[in-house]
Amino acid sequence: MDLIATILVDGLIYAGWLFIVSVGLTLVFGVLNILNIAHGSLYAIGAYASASLVGAYFAAGGEAFPFGSYLALILAAVLVAVVLGPLLERGLLRYFYGRDEVLNVLVTYAVFLILEDVMKLIWGVNPYFVYEPYTLLGDVEIGPLFYVGYDFAVIAAAIIVGLAVWLTLNRTQVGKVVLAVIHDAEISQTMGVNVKRIYLGAFMAGAFLAALGGALTAPMISVTPGLGVNVIIVAFAVVIIGGLGSVPGAAIGALMVGISRAASVHLVPEAELFIIYFVMAIVLMFRPEGLFAKTQARKI
Amino acid sequence: MMHLPVYVSAIIAFVLLAAGSLVLPDWAMFLFAMALAKGLVCLGIVGMMRGGVVSFGQGLYYCLGAYTATLVANSFGVSDIFLLTLISAAVCLAVGLVFGPLLSSYRGIFFAMLSLALSMVLYGTLSKMSFIGGTDGLNIGAPTFLGWAPEGRPLQTALYIYVVAIVVIAGALMRIYFDSEQGLITLAMRDNELRVEYLGASVRHVMTYNYVFGALLGGIGGTIAVLALGHVDPEFAFWTTSGEFVFVAILAGYLSVPAVFVAAIILELVRSFSNLYFPNTWQLALGIFLLIVIVALPGGLGSLIKRSKETDT
Amino acid sequence: MSTGLLEVRDVQKSFGAVTAAKDISVSVPKGAVYSLIGTNGAGKTTFVNMVTGYIKPDSGVINFGGQNIAGLAPRQITRLGIHRSFQIAQLCNELTVEENMLVAGAIHGTTKPSFLRPAHDKSARERAIATLERFNIAEHRNRLIPELSGGVKKLLDIAMAMAGETQIMLLDEPTSGVAADEKFPIMDLVINALKAEGVTVIFVEHDMDIVTRYSERVLAFYDGQIIADDAPDEVLSDPEVQRYVTGGPA
Ligand SMILES: Nc1ncnc2c1ncn2[C@@H]1O[C@H](COP(=O)(O)OP(=O)(O)OP(=O)(O)O)[C@@H](O)[C@H]1O
Ligand SMILES: [Mg+2]
Repeated sequence: MDLIATILVDGLIYAGWLFIVSVGLTLVFGVLNILNIAHGSLYAIGAYASASLVGAYFAAGGEAFPFGSYLALILAAVLVAVVLGPLLERGLLRYFYGRDEVLNVLVTYAVFLILEDVMKLIWGVNPYFVYEPYTLLGDVEIGPLFYVGYDFAVIAAAIIVGLAVWLTLNRTQVGKVVLAVIHDAEISQTMGVNVKRIYLGAFMAGAFLAALGGALTAPMISVTPGLGVNVIIVAFAVVIIGGLGSVPGAAIGALMVGISRAASVHLVPEAELFIIYFVMAIVLMFRPEGLFAKTQARKI
Repeated sequence: MMHLPVYVSAIIAFVLLAAGSLVLPDWAMFLFAMALAKGLVCLGIVGMMRGGVVSFGQGLYYCLGAYTATLVANSFGVSDIFLLTLISAAVCLAVGLVFGPLLSSYRGIFFAMLSLALSMVLYGTLSKMSFIGGTDGLNIGAPTFLGWAPEGRPLQTALYIYVVAIVVIAGALMRIYFDSEQGLITLAMRDNELRVEYLGASVRHVMTYNYVFGALLGGIGGTIAVLALGHVDPEFAFWTTSGEFVFVAILAGYLSVPAVFVAAIILELVRSFSNLYFPNTWQLALGIFLLIVIVALPGGLGSLIKRSKETDT
Repeated sequence: MSTGLLEVRDVQKSFGAVTAAKDISVSVPKGAVYSLIGTNGAGKTTFVNMVTGYIKPDSGVINFGGQNIAGLAPRQITRLGIHRSFQIAQLCNELTVEENMLVAGAIHGTTKPSFLRPAHDKSARERAIATLERFNIAEHRNRLIPELSGGVKKLLDIAMAMAGETQIMLLDEPTSGVAADEKFPIMDLVINALKAEGVTVIFVEHDMDIVTRYSERVLAFYDGQIIADDAPDEVLSDPEVQRYVTGGPA
């Protein structure tokens, strides 16, 4: 019984993190039709930016009100989105709309490579530690098990992010327009939608979510170069499981991967590394386009 | 005689490249050997590109070939380069025959990402297997050539000539394949799968052939690379390694076989140049270079050669 | 009842709420020329798609040469000798006309496609050009597909399907996207070429003049059903067909 509870709690924590890092990826793909490898860099930059901002916050006497460091985390993500979002989308990606999907993966791969070194130039190669936000929330006791309160804050953040994205897409005017663009950009354009703005907005939202994932993770780890690589790979897996471009798909994918990984950590630790690919392979075997992909029948 | 121009070009290429062993300094010979070995891997990707898919995980076979050779050499005392190449190729062929049919129904980013996932599984496994070196990897001794065990410069030269020979043979075979009926069907499939199926050919079979050839070439490339380096580690399967292979394939384009090896050599030269002068911005340089190629040279280097040929005649 | 070369019995197909084929039964004798008529969405392409394996019927039997081919893959059905053309010509846009034909020849050839034999082999090219000449499009052989007129694309599409041993040819709207003055010449060319080889033909057509001129028997589709199956004159004077398909007496 304890084991099941442990697996569930661990799984949920991991799923929450996975969802935050992958929902932006799927959103950007849905709207721009670009699978953005640089999503991983945006995550890493978010982590560095939050490490710097939180560090600066405490250096400037933030100890008096340590919870303010959470605002610094979020501010870091906003900064990344506002600076890099327009730069990448307007400055580069827009020239590649409608081109071959794989070619576009290469374009974002190039961006990933560039940003990887840019980070080293800005932040150097030594690790950054900002553990304060992690310890602020104390510990949580569930039966005989102890958890760090911050872990649950990540789950809460995931739920908030999920709800915010879902509500924006389904309950607001802008969201309906975005859904129309996801469905068919050309038709939306002829119906007077300013597709350009939607693209930019979606990309900035995606960048914000990637950076937020990094910013929230920064207090839990040592922030070092190469952070983005693993993130992008698991995020891809989650998004592919859920169906590219589907937000609910990303949520289900994150839950499936999160819980399977927790189960494997506790039951078959050797399998931890592959479990994510295993889940992906099983899903793709039955649904070659992922769980919630929009299917288009080819008419001949 | 059938394929005469291919044979003639192959012989000329062999003579020219082999002559390099007389003039090239040690460091350059090593660099060329590594570039040509990696070029083999990239040639496999180019074969798949002709069919419309790009593998982002060709490091899988590069690494598998390298580890197979190393493990066979270290456990069974095999040092003969021909035997090691053969064994690695056989292992990669077998693995390719398992994954090829599974991947053959995926296209575009699905194919790219699934192949990437496979290579990352190998990377993860090898990193965790401490009894074969974990993340540190393994060393392999110098190869012998049918009983001959050279050292120093002669060893380098022998290894270099060996790579050149393999590259020329593999390049010629792939050229013949690309120009063959099956090769044309691959191009047709990239264009219109429905048409190819309705003509009565199996698209999945064609995909599988190209994947398996890629696996073979990847394994051979990995074997040669580990023998040249004397060391292998899981990074061989890491996705940035695979990313560089894709880079070379894109730079080369799918029109010309020699372009693949030219592109591989360019990449190695740029890499050692950047390592020397900009040690911390190598990836930055690579990224910018990649963007420039995509924008300015969408058909790859090969399109330059073909274009100049067409304007000649 | 005589058994035809192609026997379709009680075939059903629905896409969600849409019934695209309902109780379809047809018998096509060897060497006949049949046409399919019906308004947009009546189920003509669905019929062609089911016979050629693009979609699998929900139920029913499609007999060809004593074998039920319902549910076989397109590739398998093609190999049995049932070939087709497409409403929108399916060609390889990055290849030339001749190369398109070479692809067809390589796959349909007497031996399996080779990994060694050059695709542009002299004899292969001669065969490809001969087929192109038969369909009167050899002059375009070095052009890329996007440069071609609608009529030439349609002819190439059909010529490629004819590269193998064809027993039945299903032509989905061979004259759509073709300039008005080219329609009859194209039909003349195609039907004569097919008849010369004793091929059984089923073609989908919206132009009733073409239907009466070239087909021996007409199947009228309406809402997934066959509402008439008879000689052209009979079908076109059928009041039901006039109401649902042709929109009044011809
Ligand atoms: N793959 C599919 N998925 C869903 N619905 C389909 C599919 N194919 C056909 N349909 C539907 O089945 C019905 C019959 O379509 P079909 O293409 O057979 O018509 P058609 O007679 O060929 O019309 P047209 O003259 O426009 O070509 C239509 O309502 C169509 O929307
Ligand atoms: Mg139709």
